[in-house]
Order: sequence, then C-alpha cells, then structure tokens
Amino acid sequence: MMTNIQKIMIKGTRDGLTLHLDDQCSFPSILKELEHKLSINGVAEEDQPMIRVTIQLGNRYLTEEQKEQLIAVIRDKQQLVVDHIESNVITRQEALEWKENTAITPIVKTVRSGQVIKVRGDLLVIGDVNPGGQVVASGNVFVMGKLRGVAHAGNDGDTQAVVAASYMQPTQLRIGEHVSRSPDAGAEGVYMECAYVEVSQENILIDRLQEIVKKRPDLASFERRMSNG
Amino acid sequence: MGEAIVITSGKGGVGKTTTTANLGTALALQNKKVCLIDTDIGLRNLDVVMGLENRIIYDIVDVVKGRCKTKQALITDKRFDCLHLLPAAQTSDKSEVTPEGIKAIVDELKQDYDYIVIDCPAGIEQGYKNAVAGADKAIVVTTPEKSSVRDADRIIGLLEQEEIESPKLVINRIRNHMIKSGEMLDVDEIVSVLSIDLIGIVIDDDAVIKGANSGEPVAMKPNSKASIAYRNIARRILGEAVPLQKLDEDDGVLAKVKRFFGMRT
Repeated sequence: MMTNIQKIMIKGTRDGLTLHLDDQCSFPSILKELEHKLSINGVAEEDQPMIRVTIQLGNRYLTEEQKEQLIAVIRDKQQLVVDHIESNVITRQEALEWKENTAITPIVKTVRSGQVIKVRGDLLVIGDVNPGGQVVASGNVFVMGKLRGVAHAGNDGDTQAVVAASYMQPTQLRIGEHVSRSPDAGAEGVYMECAYVEVSQENILIDRLQEIVKKRPDLASFERRMSNG
Repeated sequence: MGEAIVITSGKGGVGKTTTTANLGTALALQNKKVCLIDTDIGLRNLDVVMGLENRIIYDIVDVVKGRCKTKQALITDKRFDCLHLLPAAQTSDKSEVTPEGIKAIVDELKQDYDYIVIDCPAGIEQGYKNAVAGADKAIVVTTPEKSSVRDADRIIGLLEQEEIESPKLVINRIRNHMIKSGEMLDVDEIVSVLSIDLIGIVIDDDAVIKGANSGEPVAMKPNSKASIAYRNIARRILGEAVPLQKLDEDDGVLAKVKRFFGMRT
C-alpha cells in the first residue's frame, strides 16, 4: 500500500473515461500508479471499441516530454486512447503568446507606400492604408480609414479571419492562403464593407459590414481568438 | 537663425529643381536672404536653371572635403544680391558626401540666411539621405499622375521617420482641362490620399520650360500663372513665420478640400 490517498481517480462519463491525477505528488509516482492501475483494471476483450480518455492534471504543469510519457503509458493498454490533456496552469511564455495572439493592436498613422505593418492578433488601423502599403495580422484586420493597399488577415493560415474597412478599395486582399485582387478596370471603392472567406466557394467575398455578424457570429468572442493562438 | 527646407519628390522629373529655383527666387523677391543648395551630385541642374553655370568655381564636394571655405563656393545670383547658390559637383559621386557633411554646411549657412532651400535628387538612397540630413522642413512635389503620387507617398513615409516637421505638398504641372475631363487625378483626390497639408498648386505652363532653358526662373515674370503660383507658395512659407492675413490664402485651399470631404462622407 503506497498511501491512503488515491493519486489517480478514474471516472466514467458518456464520452469515455476521465482520469483525475493528483497534483501534489511526484510525476514518477503518478506514472507508476497509473501503470499499476491500468494493468489491474484494463483487462478487457480485444474486440471492444476504443475508449477515449481525458486527463485532468489539476494544478500540475507537464512538459511536452512528460505528456508523451503519460500518453505512452496509457496507449500500452490497447483499448485506451488519450483524447486530450487538460491543465489549470500554463507557462509564462504560453500566457504571453496567448495575450499576443488575442490582443488588438492599434496603429495610429497612415500606412504609406512601402511601409509594412505586421502584428500578431488583430490589427486596428486608425488611418488610411495607401496604395503600396501593406498590413498583415495573424487575426483580423480592421481599417478605420481607407484601405487602398494590401491587407492580409490570418497570415498563419486562419481562414476565419476577416478584413473590414470604412472604405474598401484594396489592391489586394489576402485571408489565410486565399488571395483576391482588385478588378483591372478602375473600380470605385465601397463604404463600410467586410471581406471573409466563404468556405463552400473557397474564395474571398466582400459584403456589407452588417452581414459579417451572420457569417462570423463569434468574431469578437474570446474562445475563437484563444483557439487561434 | 534661418530654416532649411528640402524640396523632394521620390520620383524624378516632377519639378524639384524648377520648384527650388522658383521658390528661391520668389523668396528673394520678398527680400529674404536665401541660399539654394543643389545636392544632386553628379547630375547638377540647379545652376543651369538659375543661369549661373558659368560662375561655378568650387562646389559642395569641395566644401565637404575641406578644399575651400563654404563662402568661397557660394555663387551670388545675377538678379538678387540676397540670393546665393551652392552648386553640386558634376564630376564626383553621391558617395563623396555624407549626411553629416551636408548637415554641417546647412547649419553653418543657417546663421547667415533666412531660408536654405535644398534641392534633393530623385530616389530614396544616399542622395536623398544627404539632402534631408540638415533640413527642418520639407516640401514634397508631385504631379497629378498615379506613379508620382505613389512615390510621393513613399517619400512622406520616409520623411515621417526623420526629425522634420510634417511635410507640405506642392502639386505641379496641373492641366486643368484634363482634370475637368477626369483624365487626370484632381487636387482633392491627391490631398486625400497623401493626407498632408497642401501649400500650393502650379499650373502646367510653357513659360516654366522657357524660363528654365534661358536661365531666368519663371517666378521673375509676374505675367504667367506658374509665376504667381510660386510667389504664392513663397508667401505661404513666410506666412508660417508671420501668421495672420497670409495664412488665409492657405486656408482657402484647405477649407475647399475639407468642404469636399464634408460633402462626400
């Protein structure tokens, strides 16, 4: 008998098993007990379907290496597969990255020809983007003035990102990997419009700003911006 | 203590040298002590436009290299005693001078003159950096052509990084009939894109070319439209030092631009 307190609590839910790991003891002792527990309890027939396992770490931080170890131990039991690992804690660096990726960066200037503004997260340009100027963000791009240059939203590949401008007359729009350019015939710009990627059509569409609420209802929500991080 | 104004454009051939010559002349007409500096080393033109080519003995490279005193290289204009020219070198290269070298000359000249007008070479490389080094203010020259407006925008972006007041805009070579027919960018459109203050517009005028070829800046002849335009720009420059009435002229143009925005938005 190791201790009176159980280091691992296994709960069955509708979606599979949840493993609650004690966050006070040492990591090797967890591994040891896990191996022990799974070898007694995990005897089952081969033809059973795979059981998804969620691991709750509580206030314990695991490195990628330790996570691999944990997953390896569970994987040894044929019917168990780790779905995801949850922890209440993240490193300082992760937190900073999170913050960066979810922040809105305001730029108060006219982005002129030859200038490139590149940010992580959302970009808010308070001013114009002139022809030859370029604004790039890993999130959304909002231009309070006139967008006449190049705007690239979701430059890490996020096709859910949008480009919105008070006056839309871009030379080029890019969202994720999609590119669209202005028509060759001198087209007039449009006021208060928003560009987004229509998944079914695989290209960039421009619509009234008011329409974006329907297309991207979670545009401002924290969850969406977090999951982009 | 005078102030140094650099005339720049990014693009070549839009009228930097012509503007420099005429602004210098117009300021001299207002009895200001003016010194023109040509920083387009290797491709000097300002002396030709001013009709002073035959008077050059020393040039700006000689001054930077310490081969002569600044005063020895200065050429006095044939029309005004208060107007001088520091010519560029024709045989040297832009790399012969440094921004620090030019800045030292400009700072020295500022002691004796009311205005130092610096003619900048085309481009955004060494020559541009040299020209801008000593300047307190900048005037960006553009024509109503897309390519020229694009380059002006680039230059304004670069000027914003310097310790220089927000640049002023001169729109040169305006052809009224083409603007009316919509074949040329109009003034309001250009000001809207560049979003800097307009300090003057100059109508495309044959007299400008005639004047440049004969070495008599057009600003001397009050009967041409371009001449009046240059004189007005000079007045607006002076108007900043002595506000009141003279700023009104400038306000007229700006108010027109603002009204245009008010109508459209």
